Amino acid sequence: MKATINRLFFAITRSLDGPLMIAFAVLAAISLAVVFSASGGITFDRAMGQARNFGIALVAMWIIANIPPQTLMRFAIPVYLLGLGLLISVALFGEIRNGARRWLNIGFTIQPSEIMKIGMPLLLAWYFHRKEEGLSFKDYLIAGVILMVPTLLVMRQPDLGTAILIFSAGFFVIFFAGLSWKLLIAGGIGALASLPLLWNYVLHDYQRDRVLMLLDPTSDPLGAGYHIIQSTIAIGSGGILGKGWQAGSQAQLDFIPERSTDFILAVFGEEFGLIGVLLLFTLYLIIIGRGLMISINAHTTFARLLGGAVTLSFFTYAFVNIGMVTGILPVVGVPLPLMSYGGTAILSMCISFGMLMSIATHKQLVST
Amino acid sequence: MIGTTIKNREAELNVFRSRAIVAGLGILLAFAILTARMVYLQVIKHDHYHTLAEANRISVVPVVPTRGLILDRNGEVLAANTSAYTLEVTPAKVNNLDAVLDDLSNVVEIQPRDRRRLKRLLEESKNFESLPVRNRLTEEEVARFAVNRFRFPGFDIRARLFRNYPQGEIASHAIGYIGRINVADVKRIETNGLTSNYKGTEHMGKQGIEASYEAELHGSTGSEQVEIDAGGRAIRSLAKSAPTAGNDLKLTLDIRLQRIAEEAFDARRGSMVAIEPSTGEILALISKPGFDPNLFVDGIDPLNWDLLNTSADKPLLNRALRGAYPPGSTIKPFLALAALESGKRTPQQAISDPGVFRLPGVTHYWNDDKVGGHGSVDMVKSIVVSCDTYYYQLASETDIDDTAKFLGSLGFGGKTGIDIDGELEGTLPSRQWKSSRFAKATPDARKWYTGDSISAGIGQGYNAFTPMQLAHATATIANDGVAMRPHLVRTVTDAATGKAKAMADQVANKPTSLGLRPENVALIKEAMAGVVTAGTSARAFVNAGYVSAGKTGTAQVFGLKRGEKYAEGRVTEKLRDHAWYIAYAPADKPKIAIAVMVENGGKGAAAAAPIARAVMDYYLLGKLPDVKKIKAAEADEKPDDE
Repeated sequence: MKATINRLFFAITRSLDGPLMIAFAVLAAISLAVVFSASGGITFDRAMGQARNFGIALVAMWIIANIPPQTLMRFAIPVYLLGLGLLISVALFGEIRNGARRWLNIGFTIQPSEIMKIGMPLLLAWYFHRKEEGLSFKDYLIAGVILMVPTLLVMRQPDLGTAILIFSAGFFVIFFAGLSWKLLIAGGIGALASLPLLWNYVLHDYQRDRVLMLLDPTSDPLGAGYHIIQSTIAIGSGGILGKGWQAGSQAQLDFIPERSTDFILAVFGEEFGLIGVLLLFTLYLIIIGRGLMISINAHTTFARLLGGAVTLSFFTYAFVNIGMVTGILPVVGVPLPLMSYGGTAILSMCISFGMLMSIATHKQLVST
Repeated sequence: MIGTTIKNREAELNVFRSRAIVAGLGILLAFAILTARMVYLQVIKHDHYHTLAEANRISVVPVVPTRGLILDRNGEVLAANTSAYTLEVTPAKVNNLDAVLDDLSNVVEIQPRDRRRLKRLLEESKNFESLPVRNRLTEEEVARFAVNRFRFPGFDIRARLFRNYPQGEIASHAIGYIGRINVADVKRIETNGLTSNYKGTEHMGKQGIEASYEAELHGSTGSEQVEIDAGGRAIRSLAKSAPTAGNDLKLTLDIRLQRIAEEAFDARRGSMVAIEPSTGEILALISKPGFDPNLFVDGIDPLNWDLLNTSADKPLLNRALRGAYPPGSTIKPFLALAALESGKRTPQQAISDPGVFRLPGVTHYWNDDKVGGHGSVDMVKSIVVSCDTYYYQLASETDIDDTAKFLGSLGFGGKTGIDIDGELEGTLPSRQWKSSRFAKATPDARKWYTGDSISAGIGQGYNAFTPMQLAHATATIANDGVAMRPHLVRTVTDAATGKAKAMADQVANKPTSLGLRPENVALIKEAMAGVVTAGTSARAFVNAGYVSAGKTGTAQVFGLKRGEKYAEGRVTEKLRDHAWYIAYAPADKPKIAIAVMVENGGKGAAAAAPIARAVMDYYLLGKLPDVKKIKAAEADEKPDDE
């Protein structure tokens, strides 16, 4: 009997990565506690919803983790093309909500840009894996096209946050593939140089406002600056030890907007203080470190590039969100990974990590 | 050429590793920046943000004190506070208010009157103030609104204390009313340095006791620290400094006496003031018609306002303090007293009254009211029968300035000092008065003539006094020439200590002896007692059961042409004589002094004296009046001499 249970447990956990799972479990627990607090601490509706989100996402992660990387590679082109096709459909006949065309109604509403978050690194990793024999400038040019077409489509919606995430996911693949430093630096300078153009011709008014607000949130304290002001007050007033769970005045009295989603860190920082924040940072660093280790130890170019990109994407999520909530980056709609309430974000994150776990647990198979 | 060519697996792996290390370092740097930012916010700037968070969540709101009660001398409630629900709107939060009100009227009854009032309030107040739409909602309406509340943003139900005047019109002029604080009030509050004490207060006294004793009634405003959410809604109370309720006022008024007097007036216009002579306490202060002060509490609607304001009967005019009328014959006892004091007359000195008075060298003559005259008239008789000729002659021999000086010492032509605002001084004619009154006229018109003195000598001409002044002067005589300052507030009960302090100490009782010779006062009192036993008011006081003293008066509203006989039925109501009666009782030890004036009431003996009788019957004997009898007496009375 005991042996059976042991075997079953092994069968289930065989494809999962221990350190990552531990970090996820701790994060999920924190997330549930903070979402509960952020939703007023009276009803369990939101916390239960978040638990369901985590449950579904973990199942999806387990399924993906059980698919060998070689099989995953076969999904690269279909997933990317599906994502691209849906993005084009959105641009043509997507649903407009809050002034943005991001959703597609196919019986139920989906946000195709989420698919692209997975499809992009998958396809580029596949592309560079195929070109193992040597990369030319032309290869990078093609990679650039693969990268930029969906990025621009998402940016047009407009959804700058997701566009940044899709772009960075793809960019990290190219970076790990070995794009020369010269080109990287040149590209960096070019990007800086094009900022004024971007500012004047690409960014929407509300996006420009958000950047300006970052520089001086007090210029419009009840309008665009409100989010930043209230979230920094929340975090700052939390102090070292925090005000205690469910005891954050900023959070409990509705001063923090979007407090269970994008601005959940403000609630967490207010109620758990610097101690809590450092714990969160540590967990994130564990996940990132583990991800990079898995990637370095991977046996195929595809696995390495995909693993590296997934890991750095995770970092990007965290950095952009934390930077935004603490007022050092403009407000873009990026959730805090594995913390913010929201099924889609957690699901796509866990699918990515499912792929990473697949890489971690299937390397023996590849090497034999 | 730019693309890095990777020859083998090993080289590729090296590239990946070095990139991973660079990325890892970059990530560590990024987290170091984030950590630094967190330390900056949560450690270095913690105090700053802590303060901001507290400021966010804590709001200090004023706690308005409960307004003091107003009670009559027996403790009966004249003004109280009742809790009720009110539906309020913040106009700034509502688009198209009229349409929303139409919709809202399906949920809560909104009458045209409510709309008119709201419209008026809208014009007077700022957009973000919360204004009452409907007051005193029923429980059912509150429940119905609560269910539909989401449909009406900007509307809210509040439980509030309302000022309530349970006596309605009774004593409305004395009690006054409160109303919403308007722009002029705000300025006054600012000038008096009371702005912080009036934070949150929406109403203040506008008239009568409510206005004059505002400082006592208001109380001191407390404050409450409330935790508020981002929407400004109060979540819970953190700390509270309780307000101190306003002080309760116990008036000198006897509301039952007041009611009896007002009922005795019935629909007639007029005024009555009753004073306790020994203290100056005002027992009743009547001005008819009155008004319902409850109408004013939350802003009167324009229709009712117009009705009150444009009514020919002037219900808003406090006749007792602001109505100046010629006193007619009621002035005679005072003029007689002046003559005694100055030595112009002795009690025994008698004249022969032929029914007419002539001045040497003047063609104009003055008629006595009684055709053929009263025969031989001494001072007592002149008062008892109200002989005009006696006073024509007296006036012709007396300098008007001396008369004015004496009457002034009794309070005529000046403020009696009653403790509510708005008292008028009336007109006490003198040379100086006439010359400044007609400053722009020819020198001839500014001159004082003996003829002026003669008219004034029977309480006509330029004389104009308030019922308050007559009552005060009567009380002073009743009190043997010692003037007591008339007042309406008896005690103030300190809300904080619960102790009552007598207002008498502060405002009222600085007895002012006029230095009159006792025998002179005694003679006047004897004569006034004679008026009741054998004179002009004998009929009104028949079988009274107590001895009172009085004087009737019938004041002409317009001058009669020479030889024309005044006939009551022929002149329009507004030109009929004003009926006066002044009195006090019991004659030996006066407990009450009264001045009654019935506007265009006709004869004083017929219209005014029965009211005084009813009031005295009740006050001295506890007898309830028979209103029908009073009216019958008025109709029955034959025009007598006065």
